[in-house]
Amino acid sequence: MTRLALAAVALAAGVALAQERPIPAADLKSGSAFLGSDLRALQNDDFANPGMLWVERGEKLWSEPAGKLACASCHKDAAVSMRGVVASYPKIDKANGKLLNLGNRINQCRTERMGAEPLRYESEELLALTAYIARQSLRLPIMASIDGAARAHFDAGRVSYHLRRGQMNLSCAHCHDAQWGKRLLSETISQGHPNAYPAYRMEWQTMGSLERRLRACLSGIRAEMLPYGSQEYLDLELYLAWRAQGLPIETPGVRR
Amino acid sequence: MAARIQIPREARRGDVIEVRILIQHPMETGYRHDDVGRLIKRNVINALSCRYGGVEVFRADLSSGISANPYVQFYTVAEASGDLEFSWIDDEGQKGAERQSIVVKG
Amino acid sequence: MKRRDFLAGAAGALAFPGTALAQADTLDPHVRALADGAPVRKGKVTLVLPQLADNGNSVPIRITVDSPMTAADHVKSIHLYSERNPVPNMANFYLGPRAGKAEIDSRVRLAGSQRVTAVAKLSDGSFWYGSAPIVVTLSACLDES
Repeated sequence: MTRLALAAVALAAGVALAQERPIPAADLKSGSAFLGSDLRALQNDDFANPGMLWVERGEKLWSEPAGKLACASCHKDAAVSMRGVVASYPKIDKANGKLLNLGNRINQCRTERMGAEPLRYESEELLALTAYIARQSLRLPIMASIDGAARAHFDAGRVSYHLRRGQMNLSCAHCHDAQWGKRLLSETISQGHPNAYPAYRMEWQTMGSLERRLRACLSGIRAEMLPYGSQEYLDLELYLAWRAQGLPIETPGVRR
Repeated sequence: MAARIQIPREARRGDVIEVRILIQHPMETGYRHDDVGRLIKRNVINALSCRYGGVEVFRADLSSGISANPYVQFYTVAEASGDLEFSWIDDEGQKGAERQSIVVKG
Repeated sequence: MKRRDFLAGAAGALAFPGTALAQADTLDPHVRALADGAPVRKGKVTLVLPQLADNGNSVPIRITVDSPMTAADHVKSIHLYSERNPVPNMANFYLGPRAGKAEIDSRVRLAGSQRVTAVAKLSDGSFWYGSAPIVVTLSACLDES
């Protein structure tokens, strides 16, 4: 095939991908647009937003040594060094080619560079640190890459997003692509974006990660919840980040 | 127990100031079950008190009907510069305390 | 007695039209115990709740009592009651002339659609109440995460 033809195919593929966006960029709405006015006001209240309790704890943990070092030992002022970081996650680790989310990266730093134990999924410390670091990207647009080694994970995430599962035999797309804005009992279905996580969810009465929220969705459609740390969640997180590209980070979100 | 307090940094004597407190606590109702069906024991913050210049200006009895990570907002008259000291206790006897100072002019 | 007559009679007490019988029974004893025989009059107390709760685990409430909050005339305490929660007396707030303003905000758990009532005890020993209804639905999806 000539170079021109190859370029044409590549361009077509790129354009095709852009056209495949289930929700056009101009129609993207954060989950906070689908809350009642009360919870939206709570999220915007920097004092009363309960997620800020975890952000504050994260700020303390940032400077506390774990093992030989503290995060601050290398990364200094998080407001500077962590600005924009979460907006690019999940991303490929250049050193080992694996896809990492923010929690994975924190644990990698702890085990490989700080001489500390990894933090458990949904532990108070991991939620606090991820909330604090994500908060440093407040209002910055999500901009995760699906190029290179990330592409295979993006493709797997897209398959997962469109897979019917559970007793109700539904895929994510059925509610969040096809029915967003419509009612489910007294709630309005959101577009299912990850831009406010970790978030304080009223159903949990505490802070939780995006992974926990995906597990909650699976239980909602009566599907088996995959274990924490499953590759499928990570691939889905990348697909969701691509799908939400351009949406500003809102962490800590307040959700139902 | 982690807590956040919000009061104005300064006020004029006689001003009615807004006082807000948010405490990290699960306020476990005693009606929930864990994932193997065992009842989770009740543990809520049952008493909250605020002293201003050493005098109690606000007190609350709380129950399981107050949401997790309890939030309370009330008012007090700015009398003199000093500390607003909060203290609270839960059903298990765990105590918490936090303070914030205010400068009162006039 | 016809049900309508009973409801009319119960109107002076803390009755929620249409469900007066059950709710009046669960709430009245607590309020009566608080007032210890004194009349509990409707007025002075405003309770603001959303009409529809986003989530029953955390509903914002604001209780305001119309009072000059002087040494001679102030609110001593405010008592919050649910007619449907397992624990009817949700909270008590103790004020005094140093409060300056008799207004409390908090966030509460409400176990289903109901009427929430706040009773204020004033410095002259009188009791006043206000109430507000709210619709609380279950979450759309089961969450076992």
